[in-house]
Amino acid sequence: MKTLRLLAVTWWLQVKIRSRSAFDGLLSLLWPLFFATTIFLLYRAGHQAPGALLSAAVGASAMGIWSATSTTASAALQNERQQGTLELLVAAPTPLPLLFVPITLSMATVGVYSLITTLLWGRFVFGISLHVHAPLLFALSVLVIVVGIGMFGFLLAVASVRYRSSWALGAGIELPVWFICGFLIPLSQLPGWVRPISWLLAPTWGMTAVRHSALGGSVAPALLACLGLTAAYAVIGTLVTGRIVDAARTRATLALT
Amino acid sequence: MPVIELDQLRRTYRSGGGIRRRSGREIEAVRGLDLTVERGELFGLLGPNGAGKTTTIKMLITLLLPTSGTARVLGHDVVKDVREVRRRVGYVFGGDRGLYERLSGLDNLRYFAELYAVSPRTQRARIAELIELVGLTGRENERVEGYSRGMRQRLHIARGLLHKPDVLFLDEPSIGIDPVGARELRRTVATLRDQGTTIMLTTHYMFEADELCDRIAVIAHGELVALGTPAELKAMVRGGSVLEVEVFGASDTAIDTVRAVAGIRSVGLEERGQAQLLVAQLDPGVDVTAAVLGALGDTPTGRVTSREPSLEDAYVQLVGATT
Repeated sequence: MKTLRLLAVTWWLQVKIRSRSAFDGLLSLLWPLFFATTIFLLYRAGHQAPGALLSAAVGASAMGIWSATSTTASAALQNERQQGTLELLVAAPTPLPLLFVPITLSMATVGVYSLITTLLWGRFVFGISLHVHAPLLFALSVLVIVVGIGMFGFLLAVASVRYRSSWALGAGIELPVWFICGFLIPLSQLPGWVRPISWLLAPTWGMTAVRHSALGGSVAPALLACLGLTAAYAVIGTLVTGRIVDAARTRATLALT
Repeated sequence: MPVIELDQLRRTYRSGGGIRRRSGREIEAVRGLDLTVERGELFGLLGPNGAGKTTTIKMLITLLLPTSGTARVLGHDVVKDVREVRRRVGYVFGGDRGLYERLSGLDNLRYFAELYAVSPRTQRARIAELIELVGLTGRENERVEGYSRGMRQRLHIARGLLHKPDVLFLDEPSIGIDPVGARELRRTVATLRDQGTTIMLTTHYMFEADELCDRIAVIAHGELVALGTPAELKAMVRGGSVLEVEVFGASDTAIDTVRAVAGIRSVGLEERGQAQLLVAQLDPGVDVTAAVLGALGDTPTGRVTSREPSLEDAYVQLVGATT
């Protein structure tokens, strides 16, 4: 119960931090719309089969959630370092993973906004029919992909504790993940050697679950795979955090100087 | 049992040599410190920049691992019993950083109260009590980005006290605060000491250390230079008293004449508005008041005082001897 309260309160306060900047808010407003517009125009030009535009819409939505999390997860920890709060987080008796998870989940939560904006943009500007095959499963799948992406961000964030420049990692993998996880194009169109990498990434399965719940198809296996990988990320992140913090305490990288 | 024990504590920083060049540079920040701090003591750690004060504190609060030696806080090893140490110590540092700018002061305290597992039942009352203690009542709902430096520092103090730590580490807490704010801060620190909190304080303000600290360790280049009460440190300083004479329009000739008086080591002149303050450092056991006044001749004089060397005099001499 204590842990749940800790996660809930710190998540809410982190959401507050992330939602109070006018500039960040403006970027959050415009960025997903650029994604969505580009994809809708490409798909429309391609005369895709029925349902393709809805598939593109949910893919673009997931891109927004991913981009809001990946690039900012490692940068967020660098921000904590710059504002002198990273040391305070580490110096607290609460296990560090319990503090990092709400930080990255708060980013993924802000990313949900991208999903809503993208879907509405598609509906009202591009006239895409938002008829979702299984609305409840769709909502559940969205929740699961948010948690999955958040936990992936947690792994990126952990690396930032030890390496001051690892914020660049998030930026570096932002675009590849769009493809590898099937946000933009079906996995079947990727080279064979890429697919095993895709299978190891929770967002891949989350995306599949979201698509199947929207367009029809088997949702449960993808949902379970996404949840399983998310749990694995949580365990790996937790196990690695202790070692990484010790390395940071040895190398004195918790502070900026 | 001492609350803080340092036994041959060492910390070396290794700067990276990059990918191609593996060898880096080594800096010995702390070189075998031995110290003990007793329960309820307000212990000062003084030293010039780079002396190893902050490094020592960061090892004691488990943010840095010692290179060798041991350190224990409340009987817990800072390397092996990390969680127990973190639960029972508070850490406050000076400056603008260490707070969430976009959150209100109240939300900052809520956040850190959760981090320190302050019970939800007592959290609200504890936060209100601390806001009152540090004088932020009425401003707690404003975002920290609008706070003055003094307000931020007071919020830091409140944050550090949320979980009622047994030991509080204050790393230059009064840096950059105006005199009134610094005085309030000293009052708060003294109150905490009176309530039984063991405090380790680093500061560059000698009068602050003199006023607050029960004992002081002077460190330089990572080594202990001197240890004792403020009075004991002052007594360590070789030399005699200081004579101060208020003068009005003293000529260079008059000052040179004073310099020539036997028993005077050095003479300084400080501008004080309409007047000047002549400060003469004297040899031990001499009384040169009459001779100095005689040497000033017709120069109008005001207040004449003789004082013991200050902690600052002692500090400068102790640290100066290590360079």
